[in-house]
Amino acid sequence: MFFYNMNGWCFTISFNKINKQDRKNNLSSFFSQGKRKGDKIFHGLVISTACYTLLMIVLVIFSVGNGSKDVFQKEGFFNFLTGTDWNSVEGRESYGALPYIVGTLISSALAIAIGVPISLGIAIFLSEMAPAKISLPLSLIIELLAAVPSIIYGLWALFVFRFWVRDLIEQPLYNMFGGSIPFFAQTPFGLDVFTAGIVLAVMIIPIVSSISREIIKAVPNSQREASYSLGATRWETVRIAIFPYAKSGLLGAAILGLGRAIGETILVTMIIGNTVGAAAIPMSLFSQSQTLASLIANEFNEASSSLQLSALIGLGAVLLIMTMGINIGARLLVSRMVKVSAGARE
Amino acid sequence: MYIDKAYVSIIKNRYGLTIDEAIHDCLLKMESSKKDNNHDQGSYKISIRNLNVWFGTKQILKNINLDIKPNAATAIIGPSGCGKTTLIRCLNRMHEMTPGAAAKGCVLIDHRDIYYKTVDPVIIKRRIGMVFQKPNPFPTMSVFDNVAAGLKLNGVKDKRLIKDIVEESLKDAALWDEVKHELDKPGIGLSGGQQQRLCIARALAMQPEILLMDEPTSALDPIASSKIEELIHGLKKDLTIITVTHNMLQAARVADFTAFMYMGELIEYGSTNQIFKNPQKELTERYISGKFG
Amino acid sequence: MHKEIPRQNSNNNQKIQDIMSKRYYRRKLVDKLASTFAIACVLAAIIPLGSILLEVIKNGASAIGIQLLTQPPGAIGSGLEDSGGIAPAIQGTLIVVGLASAIGVPIGILTGIYLSEFASGAGLFSTAVRLFNDILTGLPSVVIGIVGYVTIVVAVGSFSVLAGAFSLSIIMIPIVVRITEETLNVVPNSIREAGYSLGISKWKITLFILLKSAKSGVLTGIVLAISRIAGETAPLIMTILGTSLFFSSFTTPIDALPLRIWRLASQPYDTAHSQGWGAALLLIVIVLISSLVLRLLVHRKGFRVEALHV
Repeated sequence: MFFYNMNGWCFTISFNKINKQDRKNNLSSFFSQGKRKGDKIFHGLVISTACYTLLMIVLVIFSVGNGSKDVFQKEGFFNFLTGTDWNSVEGRESYGALPYIVGTLISSALAIAIGVPISLGIAIFLSEMAPAKISLPLSLIIELLAAVPSIIYGLWALFVFRFWVRDLIEQPLYNMFGGSIPFFAQTPFGLDVFTAGIVLAVMIIPIVSSISREIIKAVPNSQREASYSLGATRWETVRIAIFPYAKSGLLGAAILGLGRAIGETILVTMIIGNTVGAAAIPMSLFSQSQTLASLIANEFNEASSSLQLSALIGLGAVLLIMTMGINIGARLLVSRMVKVSAGARE
Repeated sequence: MYIDKAYVSIIKNRYGLTIDEAIHDCLLKMESSKKDNNHDQGSYKISIRNLNVWFGTKQILKNINLDIKPNAATAIIGPSGCGKTTLIRCLNRMHEMTPGAAAKGCVLIDHRDIYYKTVDPVIIKRRIGMVFQKPNPFPTMSVFDNVAAGLKLNGVKDKRLIKDIVEESLKDAALWDEVKHELDKPGIGLSGGQQQRLCIARALAMQPEILLMDEPTSALDPIASSKIEELIHGLKKDLTIITVTHNMLQAARVADFTAFMYMGELIEYGSTNQIFKNPQKELTERYISGKFG
Repeated sequence: MHKEIPRQNSNNNQKIQDIMSKRYYRRKLVDKLASTFAIACVLAAIIPLGSILLEVIKNGASAIGIQLLTQPPGAIGSGLEDSGGIAPAIQGTLIVVGLASAIGVPIGILTGIYLSEFASGAGLFSTAVRLFNDILTGLPSVVIGIVGYVTIVVAVGSFSVLAGAFSLSIIMIPIVVRITEETLNVVPNSIREAGYSLGISKWKITLFILLKSAKSGVLTGIVLAISRIAGETAPLIMTILGTSLFFSSFTTPIDALPLRIWRLASQPYDTAHSQGWGAALLLIVIVLISSLVLRLLVHRKGFRVEALHV
């Protein structure tokens, strides 16, 4: 028989059973209590931490917006985007972000133009060509390299790599084409937008290739078998069986690399030459330049006026808009591609 | 606590229990349905009344009315998709944990409606044990910890008591001899049949009065299955066992009572002997003789 | 006796075979070129990356010593650079990263639990949380430094440990959330059902059973997030400023390894550069060893790498 209590189940009373039944009774009375506040508290806890995520985004947008409103008020948003001044002298302050937008775009474009094909080549090598004895340790090494902090890339680029680039690539190109093609028309020096692009490429290769490799590995074997059974060569299999299937994922990986390249600060600031103002618009591959992120890092601590600080935060706002735009655009693009290819796959 | 005086005396006299408005409606239903059949109301462990269950917009169970006797094994048989699993998952309120699931009706356990609005579903589950189709011991726990999991996590702290209960449950589940020297080994290191008995021991450790088993042997080989069937024979003296099974012959071997379901409805229910030797409904007869299913 | 069935269209068949064999050599050539290209890519990546490790070890090993690890930096230009070290930077990194983790790890794990166990797939709130979490993972660290500056530095009145830890926690949280959610999703539902059927409360199931099953994945994620923020430079530039002094309080500037490396590299002295390489070696050892050790010790079944590379 059961006695009833407010919460539902209650304790039993039994009249004529021994030992085992007694224990049963004790336990059942124990089990029937328990107000379950624990669950409510836990639920509240996880909801509040989830809200914190939303709070952080709001904080980011608000801080950047608030910090930059001074310069936008003074210059006007559009003028700020297209201006090329960078004058912090009192009384003649004027700030424009265009050179740095250009610098960012050029260096990042170089980075993905060089980095993404190489990453794809590596990914294909690791998943399709190499035997397990090579591919496993190699992929492990590449994944570990993805964790190397960018300051170390910067250090290496500043003291070692720039000389390689200058002597092996830039000097010959200048000697050959310096007079004729404006691209190569500046005395190469090693610290310029070209080197920045290459080092950015080297930096994004581990990440993009790791992700690409996982995506390519995820293509079902049945696709490969279908292609090989028709007599296709390995490259043709990659072209007709793997790429179409993995297209959206690979695009996502490339965009991830792009996001990293655009936002990279310390590496770029060490090797791009750090010019300001109109001189920062690179006229040739070997020009010194500046990106949005690198200028912020350079001048933030020595900003001489609150307007200059606001201008730097304004650069941050531009960078934020670019990054969020790429992020959201990529999601839309990738989800559309997934829908199309998923339909085809059914 | 609100007490309706008029009903207190009626129910108090009939069942000798205190009451609140929780069983008010259901008892009324029981009174009214009593006129329709001549069941002996007092001796049922579980009474299901007008149970209708949906999954999204699809209705899975239609108006189930069933009475389960205590200290006996009841089998629920029927072809795939007839709602057997849903039915027993309603008995310990597991069904509604799936998103989109809804259940209406009364399930009375010892004359208490477990679907009444003040009843806490988690506390119900502590009193009813469940064994699943695929054995699911906790992967990061040893054999001992697996059996003790329900006790420990619900707050029982007495170490000696836990040790006693674990040993007893493993003995009841006919697993003690095989694992008594390896209680520290991980639970997933056992064979399939042993894992299932481990899950049974885990459920038994909570000292339930009712044990629900959802196709407990369908994932096991014949030898392991027969061990579990022996187990059910032994356990049913103290427990009310309800098994869902795909295997009619198993139902015939193991159960005292059998319920046949088809497409969400209870077609026929009676003692196993009667169902298999002398089915009343044609559908039952066709299923039993293997004409479909 | 077998009856020969004459092949239909034997003319067409012969034509196709001819075409296919003519093109075969060209296709093989293309395939060989592609393979060569892939190998060339691997070399093109290995050479610079290998050079980085080599240079760091070569230049840094000579600089590492007791002095480097325990002395504060000498004053610049005083000729005393030789006698300095990077000890405040080491201490600073430990403190700032530790504080950031203390904030970031619990919040990250709980939010990951929310997304995996509590969120309904399509609800507005949970979709928003996932979306914003993904956006946060892609934000440039320099912007996060700005946020740290505007919120904490301005509020506290000076560059401070708090600001640095706050900024780093903003970077850390989305990583931990993503990984916790992914590893909890991999835990099979049958475990949850077993727990529920025993009448165990949801929070106990989540913390004591599910998290234990997902332990290795979550731990990997935490270690990777920590090594990521230990190497971040940009947010520190504008939040902790850097100094040559040891830790004094949570509301004053402090130094950190990446920052110190940058400052040392910017100086014109060879000894400073050498110290920079030493600090770089230290940093890389910390980052790589923790990643490597964790990966070798821990099973990664069903664990997507994408979640890690943020």
